[in-house]
Amino acid sequence: MLSSYWDSVAVFLGINILMGVSLYIPMTAGLISLGQGGFMAIGAYVCAILTKSDVPFFLALVAGGCAAGIAGLVAGAPALRIRGIYVMILTLGFGEIVRVFFLNFESTGGASGLGGIRPLTELWQVIVACVIAYLMVWRIRHVRLGRAMVAIHEDDLAAEAMGINLTRTKLLSFSLGAIVAGLAGGFYAHQALFIDANQFDFSRSAITFLYVVLGGVSNPLGAIVGAAIVTLLPEFLRVVQDWRMTVFGTMLVLIAVWRPDGLLRAPSLHKS
Amino acid sequence: MTALLHVDGVSRRFGGYLALNNASCEIGEGDIHALIGPNGAGKTTLFNVVSGLLRPTVGKVSFKGRDYTGLKPDRVLTMGIARNFQQVRLVRGLSVVENVMIGAHARINRGILGNAAEFFGFSIAEKAAREKARAMLDFVGMAGKSDLQPDELTLVDQRRLEIARALTSEPQLLLLDEPAAGMNPTELLELSALIKRIRKQGLTVLLVEHHMRLVMSIADFITVLSAGSIIAAGTPAVIQRDPAVISAYLGARE
Ligand SMILES: Nc1ncnc2c1ncn2[C@@H]1O[C@H](COP(=O)(O)OP(=O)(O)OP(=O)(O)O)[C@@H](O)[C@H]1O
Ligand SMILES: [Mg+2]
Repeated sequence: MLSSYWDSVAVFLGINILMGVSLYIPMTAGLISLGQGGFMAIGAYVCAILTKSDVPFFLALVAGGCAAGIAGLVAGAPALRIRGIYVMILTLGFGEIVRVFFLNFESTGGASGLGGIRPLTELWQVIVACVIAYLMVWRIRHVRLGRAMVAIHEDDLAAEAMGINLTRTKLLSFSLGAIVAGLAGGFYAHQALFIDANQFDFSRSAITFLYVVLGGVSNPLGAIVGAAIVTLLPEFLRVVQDWRMTVFGTMLVLIAVWRPDGLLRAPSLHKS
Repeated sequence: MTALLHVDGVSRRFGGYLALNNASCEIGEGDIHALIGPNGAGKTTLFNVVSGLLRPTVGKVSFKGRDYTGLKPDRVLTMGIARNFQQVRLVRGLSVVENVMIGAHARINRGILGNAAEFFGFSIAEKAAREKARAMLDFVGMAGKSDLQPDELTLVDQRRLEIARALTSEPQLLLLDEPAAGMNPTELLELSALIKRIRKQGLTVLLVEHHMRLVMSIADFITVLSAGSIIAAGTPAVIQRDPAVISAYLGARE
């Protein structure tokens, strides 16, 4: 058995992997979100409120994921008209709106946060969720939806001329990612046991972005590898803990210079 | 003979520049119809309007008598108009056969159950789509190249791939923008045979091409565009002797 400390590290690692996957999905369709923390917050709050009213954990998780998915549809709709950097700015704004909302929404604790959440998250549940999320990403790549996403990412004009419905595909991928982030939020709330708005601020979204960029944007395993490095490095290297943001910032720069595709590259993805 | 496509007084402005100026033409069903004209005449712009990528500034387009001006490109494709691109636009990261399968997207609407089946790998439709895409690659003369990546292909094969992709959407009207560019004499013969086979399948072809020998040998009808305006229309025999056409071409050559 793992000690309870490492057990908890493993749970947070799993949650971070889910966050990485949540960003990876819309990224396959060329939509880069800097607001995944917002979806995580929605999942966390919805799930926590529900288990507080004695809704079974599993159902509460699903509800949290769905709530985040719906928020994904809402946030994704304006993102359809814009591209690239503007999508990043828009999702960044969305993340902030969610944070400020929970900061001021008294029914969920407002600025003093929401405590007394029961410790319902268990490692095996998080592992199962990660495996399902990963299989989903892997499988999507080999079906129509995934091909449409890749096509949009490459050249949305040609994709549309080839009969791909941009609206539907983009919204779907955005919303799928949001569901996974919402799920991560639900697990997070029942592991941290106390949540407040600032746990889901911009740095949460930014670090999620780092997982994917570090691991590799063209390979779904990349998000996992990235999340693992960023989560585990501070556990093993004391220095990294003290200089967290500096170390990660440096990593990002190095990656951008030497391996713009991330640590893992695409070819392993191509099947024969 | 009934017209499949009507282009009705279409103008398209880019800033102060009039790329299409009140262009009208009809494409007869079952025809191989060529659209020729000097560089910058507005041929690709007309294709963009017909395929829904560009909205005309003025005028309308109708397909089988139905006005579809302003319809989105994916809906235009489902309606039955498919195209290739003069500047090849393939999806890197998808294999050759997967690129062709993209063309079938709009044709397959499986609903939630069907999508779930596809997701879990039980879908017969997915297999069928792959088979069909392979057959289409055979049809355009690319047998055995299904599993390559698009950038491993020669430019000529990339153009063929785009034709296969367009055909997979089961169009009634196929728009081909300079498919012969870069082809050697043998490849030109193959292309001409391919276009004839496509017509034999019951499709109508609108062909933009600079290669005059190809155009004159396969076109039933020719429309000539120059500086955004249609300056002549008729059979190859008529067009070859048209003074306006000759001067437009000589004038453009300098
Ligand atoms: N999106 C655009 N924005 C601005 N100008 C454009 C645009 N598309 C085309 N044009 C201009 O419109 C004119 C017609 O271009 P078009 O591509 O339709 O010509 P073409 O007949 O296809 O020429 P070619 O034989 O060289 O392919 C050109 O002068 C071009 O620069
Ligand atoms: Mg052109």
